[in-house]
Amino acid sequence: MPDPGHDEPTERRAIIRDGLGVGIATGLYGVSFGAVSVAAGLSVLQTCVLSLVMFTGASQFAIVGVAAAGGAPVSGAVTALMLGTRNTLYGLKLAPLLQFRGWRRPLAAQLVIDESTAMSVTRDSTAAARVGFLTTGLAVFALWNLFTFVGAIAGNLIGDPRTYGLDAAVGAAFLALLWPRLADRGNRVVAACAAAVALGVVPLTPAGVPVLVAGGVALLAGLLTRNAADATEIPAP
Amino acid sequence: MTWWWAILGAGLGCYLLKLAGLSVPARVLERPLVERIADLIPVALLSALVAVQVFASGTHLTIDARAAGLAAAVVALLLRAPFLVVVVVAALTASLLRVVFPGW
Repeated sequence: MPDPGHDEPTERRAIIRDGLGVGIATGLYGVSFGAVSVAAGLSVLQTCVLSLVMFTGASQFAIVGVAAAGGAPVSGAVTALMLGTRNTLYGLKLAPLLQFRGWRRPLAAQLVIDESTAMSVTRDSTAAARVGFLTTGLAVFALWNLFTFVGAIAGNLIGDPRTYGLDAAVGAAFLALLWPRLADRGNRVVAACAAAVALGVVPLTPAGVPVLVAGGVALLAGLLTRNAADATEIPAP
Repeated sequence: MTWWWAILGAGLGCYLLKLAGLSVPARVLERPLVERIADLIPVALLSALVAVQVFASGTHLTIDARAAGLAAAVVALLLRAPFLVVVVVAALTASLLRVVFPGW
């Protein structure tokens, strides 16, 4: 059990400093989301609602990617939801550590993302974990939404996004999100198979569907490696 | 389904997925098979998203300036560049290539 009594001012300051650092770096990246989203044909308001309500980067880029490719809204929504399932796992790991009860829990839930999890799951007390979680989560939330708006306005002003390579930025963004998970050899095999399957069905299906089909690779790999059950890790941001 | 419905529905759904993690007793979902598949889903989806974003154009496969952008992103990631730098490097690479080879 975490020990709530263990919290020193210096440790607290260090956790706050790290959380703000991660928050600034991640929040700035909201500029690229905002610009890519309006380039995909969504309005400034739709773009900002995505950052406020969905507030989980990979899902947001996924739904916008389907829109950019001319796919069906339902494909975009399903892809976003499937990517959002990892936040459920983060929540399961965080719940006994953060110990949020009552009205705090539904508010804290919106802040359960890659960065806030990574900055709190390693702490050894509830107090320290809460400081890491709230500092990182609130800093990312405030800046991600602010810079989404800035990016969406800028994106509307700059014209053809291809001139600025914004279409290439989306692939790079997904790769950067995937990168920490590629340290694991099994994950690399799954990633390679999923990419091959997705590209294989691109000529056969409407935009948005290839990615969902590739999700089946995860199901298959999970079933095939059932016996080699190993401990699961939270990836670094 | 319009994009507004997709945005609001998936947005609310993503929030409920977060809330479920904080609220559901851990033993309900903490089975090795469920955990393993849930860990692999982002790997498979993100990798497929990279592939499709870079090499698909509608229902055709193609290699253009986006592939060069991705290669630049890999180099940046190997050099441990921060997130924003990786994205900007990829965009700049594709953008500069298009200045040299218009329409690529």
